[in-house]
Amino acid sequence: MTEVLLSLKGLTKAYPGVVANDTVSFDIGTGEVHALLGENGAGKSTLVKMIYGLVKPDSGEMTLRGAPFAPSEPRQARADGIAMVFQHFSLFDALNVAENIALGMENPPAMRDLAAKIREVSEAYGLPLDPYRTVGDLSAGERQRVEIIRCLLQDPKLLIMDEPTSVLTPQEVEILFQTLEKLRAEGTSILYISHKLEEIRTLCDHATILRLGKNVGECIPAETSASEMAELMVGAALTPPKRGKRDFGDVAMDISGLSVPSPSAFGTALRNVHLTVRQGEILGIGGVAGNGQDELLSVLSGEVLTEPDAVKLGQEPIGQLGPVARRALGVLAAPEERLGHAAAPDMSLTENAMLTGATREGLVKNGFLKWTAAKDFAQRVIKEFDVRTPGPENAARSLSGGNLQKFVIGREVLQRPEVLVVNQPTWGVDASAAAAIRQSLLDLAAGGAAVICISQDLDELMEISDSFAALNEGRLSAPRPAEGLTVEEIGLMMGGAHGMEVAHV
Amino acid sequence: MIRLEKRPQPSRAWSLATPLVAVLATMVAGGMLFALLGKDPVEAIRTIFWEPLFGEFAFYYRPQLLVKGAPLVLIAIGLSLGFKAGIWNIGAEGQYIIGALVGAGIGLAFYPLEAWYVFPLMVIGGAFGGWLWAMIPAYLKTRFGTNEILVSLMLVYVAEQFLASMSLGLLRNPEGHGFPGSRNFNSYDSATSWINESAGMHWGVVAALIAVIFAYVLLNRHMTGYHIRLTGEAPRAAKFAGVNPARLVLFCLGTSGMLAGLAGLFEVAGPSGQVSIDFNVGYGFTAIIVAFLGRLHPVGILLAGGLMALTYIGGDIAQSNLQLPSAAIQVFQGMLLFFLLAFDLLTNFRISLGKPEVA
Repeated sequence: MTEVLLSLKGLTKAYPGVVANDTVSFDIGTGEVHALLGENGAGKSTLVKMIYGLVKPDSGEMTLRGAPFAPSEPRQARADGIAMVFQHFSLFDALNVAENIALGMENPPAMRDLAAKIREVSEAYGLPLDPYRTVGDLSAGERQRVEIIRCLLQDPKLLIMDEPTSVLTPQEVEILFQTLEKLRAEGTSILYISHKLEEIRTLCDHATILRLGKNVGECIPAETSASEMAELMVGAALTPPKRGKRDFGDVAMDISGLSVPSPSAFGTALRNVHLTVRQGEILGIGGVAGNGQDELLSVLSGEVLTEPDAVKLGQEPIGQLGPVARRALGVLAAPEERLGHAAAPDMSLTENAMLTGATREGLVKNGFLKWTAAKDFAQRVIKEFDVRTPGPENAARSLSGGNLQKFVIGREVLQRPEVLVVNQPTWGVDASAAAAIRQSLLDLAAGGAAVICISQDLDELMEISDSFAALNEGRLSAPRPAEGLTVEEIGLMMGGAHGMEVAHV
Repeated sequence: MIRLEKRPQPSRAWSLATPLVAVLATMVAGGMLFALLGKDPVEAIRTIFWEPLFGEFAFYYRPQLLVKGAPLVLIAIGLSLGFKAGIWNIGAEGQYIIGALVGAGIGLAFYPLEAWYVFPLMVIGGAFGGWLWAMIPAYLKTRFGTNEILVSLMLVYVAEQFLASMSLGLLRNPEGHGFPGSRNFNSYDSATSWINESAGMHWGVVAALIAVIFAYVLLNRHMTGYHIRLTGEAPRAAKFAGVNPARLVLFCLGTSGMLAGLAGLFEVAGPSGQVSIDFNVGYGFTAIIVAFLGRLHPVGILLAGGLMALTYIGGDIAQSNLQLPSAAIQVFQGMLLFFLLAFDLLTNFRISLGKPEVA
């Protein structure tokens, strides 16, 4: 390793009830791509927030090029040459690229000079971008470029990237990596946060692995196998879900020629969607976020009504039926947004069990609610899906994201669905819980139910799907058997590089 | 530095304690206000809270508590259902007037027939009138997406014009020597809502108690009540659960209008006695305060209605005995709501002392 740029020594940060970082130490060398690897909740975000001056450590110290470094606010960190690209972009849709960048600057130069500078930087790093385009018209990959260029204009010594590939298609990832390679060649260090092991193996020189806030190991990714890194990350050997051989039955759900206008100004219209899923089949639907996933789930769950014939359960048209009637027929759904959509945050788990369980679990009689039965049902979900909570009387929002997700999925799976639609079933869930959720979906399909799994996690979809389709701007590609699909083919189904120019490095 | 931290779960203890703490804080701050006005604060607070219940003339004031409290509770119960679901009926005063007019109209049409069915028909008419008046904002909201706050509020002023026109015209007492106002129901035995006038008991008190029980069962044991709570807490989850928002708007506005209409009918056929230009005295608006003071909980509303009636009667006594200005009494009542909302914060947040931190 070359000389050390940033050195962390014994950084500790505790929040009420949880130690987010426990004496974490490691060094980042100059011109090094350093991976920070860990599951959700391992403390990655807290750690980079301390480096970026958003959070103050309880104890421990940092040194930057040998000098003590304790930024009290992001402005100070930026002045010392540290820049960060967040997972969620902070851009205004209605403004153009140059205006957005000017907003983030202390002393923005005249717009014309800034535009020229943006052009210069973007070309130098192979990130072609027109400074006068409106951000609202850009794809996710192009928006990320805006954020990266915003950072590069500061001429950073250390660039922090938080899960940069989660919104990109495989082709767009390729372009991003070329840019990062160029930055490294110029001597810029990169701290790269991810839990995608293959990416880290291709890109990073060095990796630090966090588990439960502690540094549990370092490795050279290129010389370490993905499964070794996964074991370090999870702390135990993972058993990948088992899929038995299944025979598909009759068509369980059939959607033909479905078009739905966008429900809001920021939604996506569904355009001429066709899909069929058979009994015992898992259909995986991939795609970059915001391409119609939420809208598709609403149409399937009955929250958005359509022409009766557009959605069919077997032969029966159900497009005109609301959520309650569909549940009675066995069409169940688990939306992506846990708090506020799948569950009411301030209501207890018992009350949340009532939310979708009322019809199929017989929790209601002549309009009157059977709370004892609802409590039993909630308890059954908690037990069978290993939801960590003191009991069903606790509010949904007091559960961690992963535990609430287990509750939400378990609540639907235990109602013996004929067709189950899930959106992002393992989002923000730790690896062992994610494996359990995937296994439960596989078991459900083995029992003869049809499962439609909408997800942005391609690894997950490849692990469990029998057939695969992708959503792109509200259009669904024709489903293909999942077995034998290559990453390139999947990327093209997701819309390829969305017309982005390839970097000319 | 003082900071607010969100609690992981709403605190049950604080949720029960806030009304009491708010009443105490009102006593302290109100006492200071009265002291600044040059009155003895202890005497003033005692007059407001003690005199009506246990003072020398309590035999007269206690029935008044029932008379003033019943319409407040009846209306507030109805409003609380909508408020819980985020449906804001601000026009209970108008529904109260129309309920009274329809019910009184039916009674006057039967005059002077003495029959057992006159009063029940008036009750049905009162409920129908209030329901109908609330259906106007409900229909406009579900059909055209209008704002129910504005429509229901404006309909109050329309109802007031109706009231004036009726007491001067159609419903005016033909034997009243040209004075505005209808015949007096207190001298029409089949149409009076009094059960025992000297005890302050009328059918409105009974109806208020029934409404409290009805609302409690609805909210805790029935699907409709569950849907109401769900819609208020998480509208998207309610849609996912299968709640039909339009039907809920019709139900909540309809029920609150019906109960307000009933309150108006019981008032006109009892304590007020007749339809007159100044028949409405603001119960419909005060009930909004009562609903929140009672934390939108049926039992809470029952207690809050009693407390509100107490401050009204106590305030009147303080005005006449201690020459406190009526504005001071109104400020005092306003403080109560203000403190309640302020302390309410502690249900969901806790105060922590320490350095701020950007998370």
